[in-house]
Amino acid sequence: MKLYCLSGHPTLPCNVLKFKSTTIMLDCGLDMTSTLNFLPLPLVQSPRLSNLPGWSLKDGNAFLDKELKECSGHVFVDSVPEFCLPETELIDLSTVDVILISNYHCMMALPYITEHTGFTGTVYATEPSVQIGRLLMEELVNFIERVPKAQSASLWKNKDIQRLLPSPLKDAVEVSTWRRCYTMQEVNSALSKIQLVGYSQKIELFGAVQVTPLSSGYALGSSNWIIQSHYEKVSYVSGSSLLTTHPQPMDQASLKNSDVLILTGLTQIPTANPDSMVGEFCSNLSQTVRNGGNVLVPCYPSGVIYDLLECLYQYIDSAGLSSIPFYFISPVANSSLEFSQIFAEWLCHNKQTKVYLPEPPFPHAELIQTNKLKHYPSIHGDFSNDFRQPCVVFTGHPSLRFGDVVHFMELWGKSSLNTVIFTEPDFSYLEALAPYQPLAMKCIYCPIDTRLNFIQVSKLLKEVQPLHVVCPEQYTQPPPAQSHRIDLMIDCQPPAMSYRRAEVLALPFKRRYEKIEIMPELADSLVPMEIKPGVSLATVSAVLHTKDNKHILQPPPRPAQPTGGKKRKRASDDIPDCKVLKPLLSGSIPVEQFVQTLEKSTQHPPVPFLLEQHGFSDIKVEDTAKGHIVLLQEAETLIQIEEDSTHIICDNDEMLRMIRIPRIPLSSKLRCLCLK
Amino acid sequence: MRGPAEGRRSPQACDWPACAQKIVGHIEDSLCSTAIPQVTQALSVLTTAFGHCHGLWTQGLWVRLSPLVARLLEKDPVPASHSLVDLLLSVARSAPSSDRGLWETLAQTLSHLSPTQAGPLALGILKLQDCPQALRTQAFGILLQPLACVLEAAAQAPGPPGLLEGAAGDSMTVDTLLSSKSACVGLLCCALAHLGLLQPLPQRPSPWPQAPLLGAAVTILRLCSGSAAPTSDVGGRLCAILVGCGRVQRAALDFLGALSQGTGPQELVTQVFSVLLEYLVSPESSSMVLKKAFQATLRWLLSSPKTPGCCDLDPHTQLFLTELLPVLQKRLCSPCWEVRDSGLEFLTQMTRHWGGQAGFRQALLASEVPELTKQLLRDPESYVRASAVTATGQLSSWGLCASPECPGAQQESLLVELLHILSTDSEGFPRRAVMQVFTEWLRDGHADVAEDAERFVAGVLQAASRDLDWEVRAQGLELALVFLEQLLGQRGSHCPYAVALPETAPPGVLAQALQVLCRVQLFEFAFRALFDCDRPVAQKSCDLLLFLRAKAAPCGSPQEAGDSPNVASVEATLQRWQAGEQGQPLGYLEPGAVVALLRSVDLEGLRDTLAESSDHVEKSPQSLLQDMLAAVGVLGENEADCY
Repeated sequence: MKLYCLSGHPTLPCNVLKFKSTTIMLDCGLDMTSTLNFLPLPLVQSPRLSNLPGWSLKDGNAFLDKELKECSGHVFVDSVPEFCLPETELIDLSTVDVILISNYHCMMALPYITEHTGFTGTVYATEPSVQIGRLLMEELVNFIERVPKAQSASLWKNKDIQRLLPSPLKDAVEVSTWRRCYTMQEVNSALSKIQLVGYSQKIELFGAVQVTPLSSGYALGSSNWIIQSHYEKVSYVSGSSLLTTHPQPMDQASLKNSDVLILTGLTQIPTANPDSMVGEFCSNLSQTVRNGGNVLVPCYPSGVIYDLLECLYQYIDSAGLSSIPFYFISPVANSSLEFSQIFAEWLCHNKQTKVYLPEPPFPHAELIQTNKLKHYPSIHGDFSNDFRQPCVVFTGHPSLRFGDVVHFMELWGKSSLNTVIFTEPDFSYLEALAPYQPLAMKCIYCPIDTRLNFIQVSKLLKEVQPLHVVCPEQYTQPPPAQSHRIDLMIDCQPPAMSYRRAEVLALPFKRRYEKIEIMPELADSLVPMEIKPGVSLATVSAVLHTKDNKHILQPPPRPAQPTGGKKRKRASDDIPDCKVLKPLLSGSIPVEQFVQTLEKSTQHPPVPFLLEQHGFSDIKVEDTAKGHIVLLQEAETLIQIEEDSTHIICDNDEMLRMIRIPRIPLSSKLRCLCLK
Repeated sequence: MRGPAEGRRSPQACDWPACAQKIVGHIEDSLCSTAIPQVTQALSVLTTAFGHCHGLWTQGLWVRLSPLVARLLEKDPVPASHSLVDLLLSVARSAPSSDRGLWETLAQTLSHLSPTQAGPLALGILKLQDCPQALRTQAFGILLQPLACVLEAAAQAPGPPGLLEGAAGDSMTVDTLLSSKSACVGLLCCALAHLGLLQPLPQRPSPWPQAPLLGAAVTILRLCSGSAAPTSDVGGRLCAILVGCGRVQRAALDFLGALSQGTGPQELVTQVFSVLLEYLVSPESSSMVLKKAFQATLRWLLSSPKTPGCCDLDPHTQLFLTELLPVLQKRLCSPCWEVRDSGLEFLTQMTRHWGGQAGFRQALLASEVPELTKQLLRDPESYVRASAVTATGQLSSWGLCASPECPGAQQESLLVELLHILSTDSEGFPRRAVMQVFTEWLRDGHADVAEDAERFVAGVLQAASRDLDWEVRAQGLELALVFLEQLLGQRGSHCPYAVALPETAPPGVLAQALQVLCRVQLFEFAFRALFDCDRPVAQKSCDLLLFLRAKAAPCGSPQEAGDSPNVASVEATLQRWQAGEQGQPLGYLEPGAVVALLRSVDLEGLRDTLAESSDHVEKSPQSLLQDMLAAVGVLGENEADCY
């Protein structure tokens, strides 16, 4: 069992798990912090931004001055923003069978994976994840496409040049792999590959493993995943919350008894309690508005904004803010507010019961009805007519690099009466503000991250007791700025295994058992003998039939009629080809013998799973690092024989595509036959 | 058991009556028992005995039992340690200071008990009047040890001598601190609480290590907030245990507040203010922690030294204020009502003490705090409204509510607003607060009240008389009394044994005063209150009328006023009121009729009746007997058996 780690961002994971011949991608998060290196895209022509001086090297060489601009001591790339993709070289992504999505924030790289890597599998996600994920992607595409930029900078990415640049550009990683945003067409195509799932639904993958989404309590439709076979269980915990916010609570019980628990998506701000931050948010908002200032809240169009609006709903009357308008500006604002009201089954119990009253589960419906909250697709159009100050504006993007927020930063940045309150934890607020310096408006940082903190993780691990914990390396040491805070790391026994970007981890876990079914007629023929009370044993002679990762013991084929009337011994009567079969099942496949068998035409083939496929003439054998490849050119079939598995790849018979012969220890076979 | 006469030797066990010997024998058996509940019970019995009897025989009893008690200390862990500590302290309080054996046992116990168990004993020892110095030093060491460990663990570099020479590295204390979160929190909270209790006592150890204790409190608070960055292993682990721990934060803030009574080096005092500000600013401070932080800040602010030769605030305090007020402003906007409430209470106290300081006035008026406070009069939470009423009342008393441009208009609107709250607020707390503010305003001669006190009192009493909350009505009587005192002079001494003749008011003043009182309808209010269904209101009214009667004694003759038809009808109305029919108004009363009424009503008798507590019936022996009989009746047994 191996884990390929394609993302270095602990809350925007992208990992690939190889488990029992299946290749499962766990999330595909998109690291957008790369956009902080770019200049903002202003919706309205900004003389300030367009007149920034070009950057030149220390020796005065100004060949980069078209690409790089300087603003208050920081250097920014003047180009369409680009994103840092998950690793695409570590593993051939076309071999990924399925992608499991845990929440809408962790699927933003999906179009890059499904549209550009030869991916042919299926994506599994819950309905709210897909719908809200679509909104997030739509907003992102809209933000970037509506401000077309003629220039695309690439010179600075040259490694020799990048070395000469000031930080943070100098230290930016993998810049050559950074990509521009996808198109709506790619988004639609990517989303069409998604199959919707519900909590606790069991999905069979090739008969080998079963995957199940569980509620993770973090966002609408957010899930943790259980990936299990008959004898192994891997839990994937990503972006979970134990706080009572709007989503359905986290299902912890189902995570119990995991062999491996992959833990990602913990809170990014472990020192900030979400409740305190909401309090801080309200206090600062109220204080600013009371002084006649405006409040700007850079945010995503879904998620924490629902909770913030709910808090404000309870707070505005008591704080005397009833007359202050609240604006929510996003190309998907309307859809987001409406979608939130229709996913009743994915909401917490309190909100679910409201639906039966019937009342809208979220109180923002009432805010809209009473005109306290107004939403607009952009600053253009109706908004400019209704706009009244002082006001509170919720708008994206939290990176402050694109979206309507850029306009408000330019508009309000010069007055100290105004306040920008950062609630999304994904971006460093100081870096986000860098291209707007010097800035007179007040900046408040109230990151609201409801995901698990280390105390909650510690309790969770005690509760569910996994054998092994695997997590990003950031979680196994205190934050670099607070090296004395040993409470801000995962503390478990045995210590958690950590991974980093572009690392392949062999999980400390050996598969030992495989489930084998016995055909009823064979079971009838067994004669169990009780060897001790409660345990009976029977000898069995059968043919092991393996197909689609299912193993079935079938009655052995009837022996050919004896020709000379000579009476055979009973033992050989039952298992005529026993001697030939044995080494195949318990040891490695003897390639030469195997090839000979394939070339021969026999009545009873020694390799039962090949059935009628025999008598090939053009067989080629290639040695590989892990075993052999047998090529049946005429039949366009490839047989990969490795230490622990065999794959038969052919076009003409889809059923044979994934046949595998496992090496099963003898003891496990016996165990399977013990009858209790 | 009666003790022998003074001067005699303590009696030997063989002199004791048989029943006493039997009891002592049972206690001895219990003390030797392996069952902890039995040991606990024996220790509790002895604690009670030593706590209540100080005869010579108790010494004899202790001589006989102390070896058994000492034997308990040999067990590990020491059984029933709490009860053992109680017993030893009880014995120590009653024993003569020359009892060396006892002091040895106490010293032994201190060293045998775990740091957490030894804390209460150490505190008890330090509170004793006569106690050997060595034992006091040992006990004080126990209390200081946890703080010494924290100081040592968090030290960045070897600094000045620690809190406790030689005790800092006490491994048992360190082990306890690091063993678990609950043990660490428990030990630190106990140590902080014990030292906080000890601090104001005259018998506290001397020299009192004020500076290291301040340092320890600041360090603990920093560990709890995560702002300390200890380099040692122990420090790191302590930080991990304590970070975000509200219980320790509250205990440390209380302790820090208690330490404000002493002085400290300026550098440390600066650190104290900086850590307090850190807590006040931090969004992570819970409402309870914030309340404690406000309280501690207030204590430190009020104890800050005045600049010599200048009556204004010292520069450090002034600087702190400029940082503090924006924080207070934000806290007054908090969505958590407890935080708004604590902020207002803090503001009230600060204004009460510093309302006259130019520096404070200037800083406050430059901030938005007064305006925000006024807005909180309309807060949805009644407790906050009540605190806002008190705060605005206090601000107004110091002229801090008014904007410099139009002071009159602002003040008047506040008076109207408070009257509005008094007559319309649905909750009792804000209305009570308004009454308190009004009483204070009247007493202090608030400019707007003094302008037309008569109209003010009339309006307030009218609103208070209709109030359903008895505390508002009682406060109304308090206000009436203040008004009376202003008209007729102070009340006499409250001491019942003081020999003083009632001071009557000069007839001219009295007549005029009675006219005023009648105009403001104070009598209607007071007589209605006299028959109030709530006893404290009636009692207060009774006192008020008695005071008035004493003042009005020489005014008019009883005969002439008592005969007037007006008085008769008023008496009839009063009787109906007493019977519970309070619908009918009293109507306008002439001063003469009032005096007559004051004489005719049996105020003394009423006072005596009211003085009996409402449960006097239940507490009487007759009631006890009835209860017993009722209980027996339920059991179906013979009545005679109850004796």
